[in-house]
Amino acid sequence: MPAPRISQLAILGLTMGIFSGLFGVGGGIVLVPLLILWVGLDERRAAATSLLAIVIAASAGAATQIAYGNVHLVAAITVGIPAVGGVLIGTWLQQRIPVATVQLLFSGLLVIVAAMVVLK
Amino acid sequence: MIALAIIIGVAAGVLSGLFGVGGGILLVPALALVVGLDQVDAEATSLLAIIPVAAVGAWRQKSYGNLDVRAGLTIGAFAAVAAVAGVALVNVLPVELVRYAFAALMLYVAWRMATSAIQQLRAEPDRAPSDGQ
Repeated sequence: MPAPRISQLAILGLTMGIFSGLFGVGGGIVLVPLLILWVGLDERRAAATSLLAIVIAASAGAATQIAYGNVHLVAAITVGIPAVGGVLIGTWLQQRIPVATVQLLFSGLLVIVAAMVVLK
Repeated sequence: MIALAIIIGVAAGVLSGLFGVGGGILLVPALALVVGLDQVDAEATSLLAIIPVAAVGAWRQKSYGNLDVRAGLTIGAFAAVAAVAGVALVNVLPVELVRYAFAALMLYVAWRMATSAIQQLRAEPDRAPSDGQ
């Protein structure tokens, strides 16, 4: 597996951050394809790296939003706890589906996001 | 309504684990339409909900041996800073135009991802599902 250089990691982070700030889309939509097509990771490693990057980026974003008073804690818990259950299923499932198949499904997700960005 | 929010929450988590995204694509509409938050509050609340989801996903991926911790932390730190710039750019750029450019870029990337995936599937059709690389 290629070890990404610091300059490469910086470009990935900046691109992910600018796009999520601009369009309100999650950074993973931008980061995962870059990790696959540019860095050369497979879908599993790309997803793993993306999830950790999201923890950091979302923490910074959430801290800002809490300061603005826009975060509803009970609502976050209502969807967040079931989603934690879901992510256990999703990561488990991902190890059992061939990487190329997951990548193919991801391209379908990108088409949906493209439509959502235009229709927003 | 709570039951629906829970079902969408689970679906968002599955999406997150399967694809390595945050799941905001489902969480934001769920918080807006089902829970009844306005758009800004829905996006803000989704950011908080995503943190434990992505953290648990990253932890699982670490035990599966797929996680490059240094890469993830470094990318995330740069992204956190750049998101501020992205929000500032929204007020300067013709966002309507940029949105169509972004959608077109997404479609191009979708095509590249699909062709590369199909090449892999053709090259190794019988590959065991859970082998590492």
